[in-house]
Amino acid sequence: MTKMTYAEAARLALKEEMERDSTVWALGEDLGFEGGMGGQYKDLQAEFGIDRIVDTPISEATIMGAAIGAALAGTRPIAELRFSDFAMCAVDELVNQAAKARYMFGGQARVPMIARMPIGIRGGIAAQHSQSPEAWYTHVPGLVVVTPATPADNRGLLKAAIRCDDPVVYMEHKGLWGTEGEVEENDSHPIPLGIARKVVTGNDLTIVTWSAMVDIVEKAALSLADEGISVEVIDLRTLWPWDRDSVFSSVKKTGRLMVVHEAVQVGGFGAEITSEVSEHLFSMLKAPVKRMGGARIPIPFSIPLEAAYMISKEQIINKSKSFFS
Amino acid sequence: MAQVQTNEPARIFNMYKKMLLIRAFEEAAAENFHAGNVRGSVHQYIGEEAIAVGICENLRNDDLLTSYHRGHGHSIAKGADPRAMMLELFGRVGGTSGGKGGSMHIADFSVGMLGANGVIADGCTISVGAAQAIKLLKQDKIIVNFIGDGGINRGPFMEALNWAKVYELPVLFVCENNQIAATTTTKTVTAGDGIEARAKSYGIPAITIDGNDLLLVDRTAARIVDEIRAGSGPQLIQAMTYRLKGHYAHDEALYRNPSEVESALKNEPMPRTETWLKDQGVSIEEIEKAKDEAKKLMANYVSDAHEAPWPDISDAFTDVQDVGSPAEGTNL
Repeated sequence: MTKMTYAEAARLALKEEMERDSTVWALGEDLGFEGGMGGQYKDLQAEFGIDRIVDTPISEATIMGAAIGAALAGTRPIAELRFSDFAMCAVDELVNQAAKARYMFGGQARVPMIARMPIGIRGGIAAQHSQSPEAWYTHVPGLVVVTPATPADNRGLLKAAIRCDDPVVYMEHKGLWGTEGEVEENDSHPIPLGIARKVVTGNDLTIVTWSAMVDIVEKAALSLADEGISVEVIDLRTLWPWDRDSVFSSVKKTGRLMVVHEAVQVGGFGAEITSEVSEHLFSMLKAPVKRMGGARIPIPFSIPLEAAYMISKEQIINKSKSFFS
Repeated sequence: MAQVQTNEPARIFNMYKKMLLIRAFEEAAAENFHAGNVRGSVHQYIGEEAIAVGICENLRNDDLLTSYHRGHGHSIAKGADPRAMMLELFGRVGGTSGGKGGSMHIADFSVGMLGANGVIADGCTISVGAAQAIKLLKQDKIIVNFIGDGGINRGPFMEALNWAKVYELPVLFVCENNQIAATTTTKTVTAGDGIEARAKSYGIPAITIDGNDLLLVDRTAARIVDEIRAGSGPQLIQAMTYRLKGHYAHDEALYRNPSEVESALKNEPMPRTETWLKDQGVSIEEIEKAKDEAKKLMANYVSDAHEAPWPDISDAFTDVQDVGSPAEGTNL
């Protein structure tokens, strides 16, 4: 086991996959000198050359569109959009082209590309650099949506995403770039897309979450255990496809479900999960399902205001307890 | 492959036959649209056939091509099977996309035709990326990106021009300037000196030609395709033309002056090519025979399309994605 950061784990995955497959390449702004926003591309340009780690103009539509064209023409491009907020300049290309090419051309084409676009609050970057729009893309047939929570997952899931023949929206959390975790360097296998990870085993309440909230929910679960509430924590890892089987079997055991995500609660992916569970497991539920997501406000700048948007460990603990009061 | 520029009548006659095929296809498509056999939108390429044929004559089968909503002509010119295309317009099994795409998403990857496109100028960004792949894979292909004059005011077009030049990519942009963007005269909504000037402002060699002159399109493409294949970087051809029909089959094009159409009819590529062929000694009978053959062929394709089966409902659920594909008949 080696300790490395979430961003370093991404870099390891990129490097390994680029070494393994000469058709894998990356394009985006500031990948060379800067090495990407979190250092995921650090020194890779020196190693793989300017044709495989391509510094591009600030042209999001073309970063995305070029990745699609390059995927259609036989390569496996990784489009780096820097922020999911900026990727919105290229939603047309992603939604109208990447997600549809295979289908509307009757299976003649595959679009094996990744659109990397980090989500989440990193602290003080406010309304246009902090959003978590992952639910948008789960709504689009053709796309896979990945939201890794740990360094090990960021390596394994990124490798799987690179090898996937579908267009993958790959959403790191900016706040996780510097967090450290154990990564088994010798095990270079991809982590299959669509399989959740059980973070904590418990019997009384299932909490489903992903991305940066996993760590906070895990801490809340440990505190709740001290108070005699046994929480099972599930990190979904991928939102589309989401691991319905794991969630359902956990809820069948605990009879209680809460979904926690940083994204705005209204229309968030928590709604999909809680609704599916309510629809199919209603008779097994001991209490109504609950959701926790961000307030429906733009992410504010000032420290106390930003904190007002975020979901805290304490809030999770309190809401969890409310199942039993 | 580079063509020997002898303008030999036989070769031009073959190109003319391809133009006839495109015209017959478009007429049949519109006719069947009005008859209710073809749904959705049909954007006819009538009057612009010399461009697609003249350009594609100079491409190899493995060269790539992207198109826009008016893509039937480009597909046929690149070598797509017009019968399969007609079946596609009818939404039937055997269509180029199995009935999943229809007119606006005609594609035939076996001949490098990477798709018509329902979103204006989106083919531009796809093309520069495909060109980057060509470079990365060390292939000697080129890609042609067809775009209409309306598309030049979208950001992706301008981004793609810049991008193509920055990386010196093997892209030939062909702007088919039919002068009308849907129902709006393009000039009235376009600042500056137009498409050629825009390309040149990025350092991209650009030329404006009469797109209704088949021999000129062919000659120009032969030179430029060779140059791009030899590493010149991107180039642009603005081919001036005129859309003889409405924006789509149900557009009567009442927004334009009848005298404009009248003079355009005198300048359209079919009779001009015919005149040249006659001057070269091709007989009227041969020309009439070619016209009849194209029409008969198309009538057969239409009748095949009528008879072809509808897709099975299960097809609606295939080719969405590998990971997380929908289960048939469910909302998941």
